[in-house]
Amino acid sequence: MSAQPPPPTPTLELRGVSKHFGAVQALDEVDFDVRDGEVMALVGDNGAGKSTLIKCVAGINSIDGGEILFDGEQVTIHGPKDAAKLGIEVVYQDLALADNLDVVQNMYLGREERDFLFRLKEAPMEQRTSETLASLAVTTIRSVRQPVATLSGGQRQSVAVARSVLWNNRVVFLDEPTAALGVAQTRQVLDLVRRLADQGLAVVFVSHNLVDIFEVADRITVLRLGRDVGVYEKAKTTQQEIVQAMIAGKATPKEEEVAS
Amino acid sequence: MSTAAPAEVQAAATGDSLGAILRARWDALKGGDVGSLPVILGLIGITLYFTSKSDVFFSAVNFTNLIGQMAGVTVIAIGVVFVLLIGEIDLSIGYVSGLAGVVVAELQVPDSGHQYPGLVAIAAAIAVGAAIGAVQGSFVAFIGVPSFVVTLAGLLIWQGVILRQLGTEGVIGIQDAYINNVANYVLSKNQGWAIAIVFTVGYAAATFGTYVSRRRAGLSTGNLVLTAVRVLFYGALVFAAVAVCNHSRGVPLVGLIMLALVVAAAYVAARTTYGRHVYAVGGSAEAARRAGINVKFIRVTVFMISGAMAAMGGVIFASRLNSVDLTAGGGTILLDAISAAVIGGVSLFGGRGRVSGALFGGLIIAIVANGIDLVGYADSVKLITTGVILLAAVTLDTVLRRRQAAAGR
Repeated sequence: MSAQPPPPTPTLELRGVSKHFGAVQALDEVDFDVRDGEVMALVGDNGAGKSTLIKCVAGINSIDGGEILFDGEQVTIHGPKDAAKLGIEVVYQDLALADNLDVVQNMYLGREERDFLFRLKEAPMEQRTSETLASLAVTTIRSVRQPVATLSGGQRQSVAVARSVLWNNRVVFLDEPTAALGVAQTRQVLDLVRRLADQGLAVVFVSHNLVDIFEVADRITVLRLGRDVGVYEKAKTTQQEIVQAMIAGKATPKEEEVAS
Repeated sequence: MSTAAPAEVQAAATGDSLGAILRARWDALKGGDVGSLPVILGLIGITLYFTSKSDVFFSAVNFTNLIGQMAGVTVIAIGVVFVLLIGEIDLSIGYVSGLAGVVVAELQVPDSGHQYPGLVAIAAAIAVGAAIGAVQGSFVAFIGVPSFVVTLAGLLIWQGVILRQLGTEGVIGIQDAYINNVANYVLSKNQGWAIAIVFTVGYAAATFGTYVSRRRAGLSTGNLVLTAVRVLFYGALVFAAVAVCNHSRGVPLVGLIMLALVVAAAYVAARTTYGRHVYAVGGSAEAARRAGINVKFIRVTVFMISGAMAAMGGVIFASRLNSVDLTAGGGTILLDAISAAVIGGVSLFGGRGRVSGALFGGLIIAIVANGIDLVGYADSVKLITTGVILLAAVTLDTVLRRRQAAAGR
């Protein structure tokens, strides 16, 4: 599957979403969308509102204004359960894996399959974990029964990402997935991100690293001080332009309206 | 690319030959995952030492006595395992066990107006323990008070309650047959054999059930011969234990109760979703929360398990003495129970260890106490020895933890 041409209806769309914490306007009428099969990068300097946006979509924060659309229909997200029900998964920067549990246990954490005696169905869970990792070409993990504490940073990140595939999610947010990784491991994770999109998921890739972004993203949304500066297609933009937008804010028509 | 991948993953996971299994074990060992190896080595060492020092130690009578001596602490230690698994501590278990003894004794006093059948009294005592755990666990889970402090307060409070309740007489005798039977009833020889058969058949069925279901799913199954040897080994162990007991008076009922509780708790911890969530909370509460696990529920219920197990242990102690007095729940009960869990390989840092550790640790502590009494050393030696073993166990845990972390990255 290729990202072009994109399907007409965005899988997830934010229209004029605002969020403030007391006097601080964390998000100010932000528009954002992502479609099936594409990697949308979300960039911005510290305090630009990336984390707040993720939390709003994940149901950790509620929005003050604007609307969220899923498959073109308006939805309300009041808690993490609502987000999960829609098929929105967030893979957080600090991983959210339990070190003492093995790969299978982490993949199924909180959603274990069990039989009538509350007994875990280990065999099917292990089987599907292996299949999922294989389908994403995560081949460096020696055994799915080893504790994740024994995995490298890249492997851990791969497990966290693969977990989002296991649950038939539609939209996956990856919060700085390459931030703590070395060169080879970053490569591993970027390949994985691409494969997620190729499997038809809508992927939102949040990062500071423009090299990574230009490597993997189809489109780029730039946030600055809680506003969206604009959406750029990777093929038609440059790193300089994105940096400019992140730091100075490019005068898009929309921002002029808001500013004036 | 993706067609070659499954084969690779499968091949890596399918190390079924004896050599591959031994190599994997050795790698795990080097990585700091020693399992119950230190405990078993320790057990063998201690047993050999006392056998050389005392003629009576390695005898059928003493083995039967040992079961009675270890049961109370071991049952309490089962609860400790759960609390340690979520990375918390429960210091109140000693006096909760004492209080349960008081409850069970109080509820069988004839002509008191609150005399109930023995089994009802026992159930009530366990319910009180669970309720205490619920209250203490709620302070930890909902308010965020450190469990060390909450249960330290509990230690003082429940000791006070015991003193207050027993204040005037200082002791309550237990006449109820059911309650006294808990620690003192001895099964007939045939009942003993029946237990050995049920245990072995059950264990074999569970093990081979797992084998078949994994095989059907096309997963690595481990070596069939090795699996069979393991089942035979544990089966033989149980039969040997029953044979030794039968050579003396017979299998004590309390040994069966203890074993049943260990098996049940081990099932909950290792085979159910609840147990999985307990381990997850101990490994990373934040990860558990984000995965949708109700962390508060897990915390409260774990403290309830701890309270209930402490109460059951208290019932055993009371039954053993046929009474409760002002020393109920005191002495070394608290520290013995926590030591038993830790010596059994349960990490104080949460998330690592198994329920069977309580059994091994309880056995070691009981053997040390029993052996030192038989050889005729002073109580001081008992305390010092137990302390040294505990220190060694915790040091080992800390070193292994560091090594595992190092192996991780």
